[in-house]
Amino acid sequence: MAATSDTNTDVLTIADKTLSSRLLLGTGGFRSLDALAGALAVSGSELVTVALRRIDPGQHGSIVDVLDRAGVQLLPNTAGCFTARDAVLTAKMAREAFETNWVKLEVIGDERTLLPDAPALLEAAEELVDDGFVVLPYTNDDPILARRLEDVGCAAVMPLGSPIGSGMGLLNTYNLRLIRERAGVPVILDAGVGTASDAALAMELGFDAVLCATAVSRAEEPETMARAIRLGVEAGRLAYRAGRIPRRLYAQASTPDEGFPEY
Amino acid sequence: MNVVLNGEPTTLADGATVESALVALDLPGAGRGVAVAVDAEVVPRGQWGKTALHEGARVEILRAIQGG
Repeated sequence: MAATSDTNTDVLTIADKTLSSRLLLGTGGFRSLDALAGALAVSGSELVTVALRRIDPGQHGSIVDVLDRAGVQLLPNTAGCFTARDAVLTAKMAREAFETNWVKLEVIGDERTLLPDAPALLEAAEELVDDGFVVLPYTNDDPILARRLEDVGCAAVMPLGSPIGSGMGLLNTYNLRLIRERAGVPVILDAGVGTASDAALAMELGFDAVLCATAVSRAEEPETMARAIRLGVEAGRLAYRAGRIPRRLYAQASTPDEGFPEY
Repeated sequence: MNVVLNGEPTTLADGATVESALVALDLPGAGRGVAVAVDAEVVPRGQWGKTALHEGARVEILRAIQGG
């Protein structure tokens, strides 16, 4: 842990990339590309997700152009994939479309919860790592699965705080702390952030970064929330580095007893 | 020639290539942010004009969208 609060030197390294922002922005849910561009600029994010779908003839504008203009690195996802096979093929399509071997790997097990399918996720992660991908898996808040993902060569692990888009924050901080404690790769909180304090809490737990989409994109004022969550991430990171005081059952006076007068 | 283009039965001229399928979707020479698979195999961008389709080919043409 650095002994300084200088955030300029407190960079995040994932695989071969160095990022000065610890907020990853998901692009889903914005009302328009303009709304996305505005929030993205305010967020300060340097690594931004993007998805692939069949051509929609009614689609206007290019998200790739928007993200290129912002100068950010693309992180393609495999959202909507329910099998390892689909996720691997989607990752390969994304590598071709976006000219990056980075992938946010999602293999979903259930439409209602959108929770990851652990065995399929591990299978897909291993196959993609072997194929040269830099794999960032969206995973359950399961310390053992996180370790297995790291063992097969994932460049980071991205446990959920709570289900995608639920805004329920961090439901199992015990598991999340275990994941953080044992991981040798960056740990990124993915999914569940509802507001700035959720992002701050994740960073206070020692997480390396936070990824959020819905909390910003579906806020009443996305740009304002982007700023709030950016500040939450920065505040949480600083608090983590500062080293918080231990929790105590009873009070501990901050004013010394010595020199107290006798009236 | 009949192919299945993004799930829709589609008729293309005989000798059609991947590039022809892109044209059919009004995307000639589509740039970054587009990817093509034929029969669940990715076709690299540089091969689009040279890759001939076959009768019944399942062609998926995907484009970048917003997504978390």
